[in-house]
Amino acid sequence: MEQDMNRRELLKDTGKFVILSGAARVAFKTMQGETVPEPEKDKYKAAEHWWGMTIDIDKCIGCGNCVKACAAENGVPDGYFRTWVERYYVSDDHPEKPEVDSPNGGMNGFPVMDRPDAKSFFVPKLCNHCADSPCVQACPVGATFESPDGVVLVDQKYCVGCRYCIQACPYGCRYLDPRKNVVDKCTLCYHRITKGLTTACVEVCPTASRQLADFKNPNDPVHKFMRENHVEVLKPHLATGAKTYYKDLDGSVR
Amino acid sequence: MQKILRESGHLVRLALVLAAGFLIFMAVRAAIVPKSFGQYGHYRGAVLEEIRAKPISFAGRATCEVCHDEVAKTKSEGKHAGLGCEACHGPSAAHTEDPTTNHAFKPNPATLCVRCHEADRARPKTFPQVTSKDHANGMSCGDCHKPHSPKI
Repeated sequence: MEQDMNRRELLKDTGKFVILSGAARVAFKTMQGETVPEPEKDKYKAAEHWWGMTIDIDKCIGCGNCVKACAAENGVPDGYFRTWVERYYVSDDHPEKPEVDSPNGGMNGFPVMDRPDAKSFFVPKLCNHCADSPCVQACPVGATFESPDGVVLVDQKYCVGCRYCIQACPYGCRYLDPRKNVVDKCTLCYHRITKGLTTACVEVCPTASRQLADFKNPNDPVHKFMRENHVEVLKPHLATGAKTYYKDLDGSVR
Repeated sequence: MQKILRESGHLVRLALVLAAGFLIFMAVRAAIVPKSFGQYGHYRGAVLEEIRAKPISFAGRATCEVCHDEVAKTKSEGKHAGLGCEACHGPSAAHTEDPTTNHAFKPNPATLCVRCHEADRARPKTFPQVTSKDHANGMSCGDCHKPHSPKI
């Protein structure tokens, strides 16, 4: 059988086809316009906000309402926590070695423990929404990021589940969602705060120990809070730019 | 000129192969990288709207008080003025959308109150606490205290 094409011609034609089809695809995409959904036409402008949270240790009663509300609002799987409450016991002899318990993240409250020999208090924890976050720097695919309004979020369609960010977070605030095999974490209820609501945990906090803070809003009570109290972030030596500020935080808290 | 072209033919071919490779790379990149990637930073900008679009479960206190203004008034005069409704009644966004079919959770004072008020040394000293065993003598908190305004 006679062939109409020799190898050289076949290779040349294949090359032409690949180049032309690629160029056509680019041209088609450009003509078609982008497939990204149009931004919602509403009043929320990310550039006008800089979100964070304040926690008043002296007001936390360890009821676990925040943990329960967070799980209900965000569909957090059992045994995983976007926020949780720790109970500290700090003895006089070894203040550098606190005892910490957090049964089921404090979701159902704490068993009564009456130990007069130690200082004791509750510490609610959540993502610190760091401005220079180690987790964002560790992500190899651009799936986790700091939003323009200062919230650390995860793009679950982009996350490949490599868990680097879980290791990078010095506060232990991330987990791999076992149902989807992608990383999940506190979003500071981004779907609520951008609608003018407060976060689920703040909504149900009975003593107003937690407060959502918008540092770019000059009328936000956070400015008074920061001026008039002794505030500290967790692990300040790590310089992560954490934006969860604790009032009267004990030095023993890790 | 002819001679130069003939003698540097291998270089021209190499340049063409590189150019073709570059074009293929650009075409593949345009096809697989989402348009909004890099809009705000090294991530897909469209994800912000996707996260915002999630539904809410907690309606927020202001929404509750639109209908339950009497309870809001009772509460505002008592010790529990600072509490959000859903702190005890649970997530109620479904209830606010369709109050006839979705009822808000009605908690049982016998188990609810102790979550906050059972004495624990870790709680702030100024916060009202009781040892329910001694304080209530087996009665339910609701027998004496009305949760919306607990002072007897």
